[in-house]
Amino acid sequence: MLTDVDTPALAVFIAFFVLVTGMGFVASRWRKPETLAHLDEWGLGGRKFGTWITWFLVGGDFYTAYTVIAVPALVYAVGAYGFFALPYTIIVYPFVFAVMPVLWKVAKDKGYVTAGDVVRGRYNSRSLELAVAATGVVATMPYIALQLIGMEVAIKALGLHGELPLIAAFLVLALYTYSSGLRAPALIAFVKDIMIYIVVIAAIAIVPSKLGGYGEIFTAADTAFKAKGSGGTLLSPAQVFPYASLALGSALAAFMYPHTLTGIFASSGGNTIRKNAVLLPAYTLLLGLLALLGYMGHAAGLKLASNNDVVPELFKTLFPGWFAGFAFAAIAIGALVPAAVMSIGAANLFTRNFWKVWINPAVTPAGEAQVAKVTSMLVKVGALLAILFMPTQFALDLQLLGGLWILQTLPALVFGLYLNWFSSTSLLIGWAVGLAGGSWLAWSDGLKPLHSIDFGAGKVAIYTGLLALALNVVVAVVVNLGLKAIAQPRPASEAA
Amino acid sequence: MIRLLLLLPFVGLMIVPFYNIKEPMLFGFPFFYWYQLAWVPLTSLLTWIVYRSVRDAD
Repeated sequence: MLTDVDTPALAVFIAFFVLVTGMGFVASRWRKPETLAHLDEWGLGGRKFGTWITWFLVGGDFYTAYTVIAVPALVYAVGAYGFFALPYTIIVYPFVFAVMPVLWKVAKDKGYVTAGDVVRGRYNSRSLELAVAATGVVATMPYIALQLIGMEVAIKALGLHGELPLIAAFLVLALYTYSSGLRAPALIAFVKDIMIYIVVIAAIAIVPSKLGGYGEIFTAADTAFKAKGSGGTLLSPAQVFPYASLALGSALAAFMYPHTLTGIFASSGGNTIRKNAVLLPAYTLLLGLLALLGYMGHAAGLKLASNNDVVPELFKTLFPGWFAGFAFAAIAIGALVPAAVMSIGAANLFTRNFWKVWINPAVTPAGEAQVAKVTSMLVKVGALLAILFMPTQFALDLQLLGGLWILQTLPALVFGLYLNWFSSTSLLIGWAVGLAGGSWLAWSDGLKPLHSIDFGAGKVAIYTGLLALALNVVVAVVVNLGLKAIAQPRPASEAA
Repeated sequence: MIRLLLLLPFVGLMIVPFYNIKEPMLFGFPFFYWYQLAWVPLTSLLTWIVYRSVRDAD
């Protein structure tokens, strides 16, 4: 398993990995609570994370390792279309600013830990609670698997082959998440984010000078796409609606996921979240510049076996071994933070909205923390087994559907913060129809995220998740109108 | 009313045909790229302006 290993790169990689592992275990004593045996502490870090911790945690959690690999890979493969991640991660923040402080306040006042808790408290419906919680867990599982793929790419780039390094890294992660809870990824996020900033700033400052400047990079990419006969540095007319709708749909879905909501609930207050909506776009700038690495791959004339190799190959080709090792460590550690928070978010959902409701309603706070710890472990082992024994494409397809599914929880979670009109039944039926209809559309389109609609004046392709959300809302409104009509029959005509 | 500023990034970035062009270039970047990148600091600025007026509300 040790072919063409770059020793300085491997040494730097291992040194940083050991550092964050130590931090992961020490984290249980960071901002030490009276006890960690309470879900508010293990699963939400005590709800006391201020502006900077939240900035590092949500930044480290939302901009995942897979993003670092996959966005430049998509841009390398198709060009401008891959940049939809940029408008997506811009418009998400006005949404976060407007909605998330309201959600945080409800959660804080009532002691809620998950989206399922919020929905149960609002509608007093166990079935809607279960629907929201189950969607969250199912959508998160493939997302964790994706982080493993990101880590796998970084480990492979070091020259290590075989599955042992990946298994070892993930088991260590599972152990310190078990013992420290959300404090572990929150502490590690500081290291991860600073490393990623250093890597990307070095890349965008140094690579263009080696490749003849940004003008040359765009020209090289243009030439490569023309030679290939597909893709381009501008969108084709047919890509305009997919681009906009993917950006909008992804932005609405992003903070419905358990891992991003966990970051929100763990913050110390509404103003902390608002300040973060102002400050988090710094990561978006980073992402936009990172995406350009895809074009730099063309300018450097890389020959790749897989599009996912564009970032690692670029660093191996243009930087000394020790810095490439630093970059790969940044990506691998970048996978640990989201994987930890995702497993914690999923564990919180399982504990609060399934175990406590259906298995053991009398569970103590300490019992809740214990169930969540074990669940977080099982969730990670499950994701690891999925990556080891199932085709990678399976995880990618499920992740795609997961985005569509999680978006269907938005009406149940968000509408109730502002309106007192919808009943739980109408929201549940809307959720079910959106989920089933969207999945069916995606399935019939060959698991592509876009569905073509004929508006008469030519076909337009739109993000399927957004179509499913529209269906979801329309059904919920119609059912609710119907239910209200039945509940309050019109007064009988006076003439009778 | 100042919260309406939060809608501007949506408007600016959903009008894709408006910015799906190459010229004018800036520092070697086609318009498509620098226009969208420019919305990052602009969105932060707009959100900060709204923040200043709503922060004491809770």
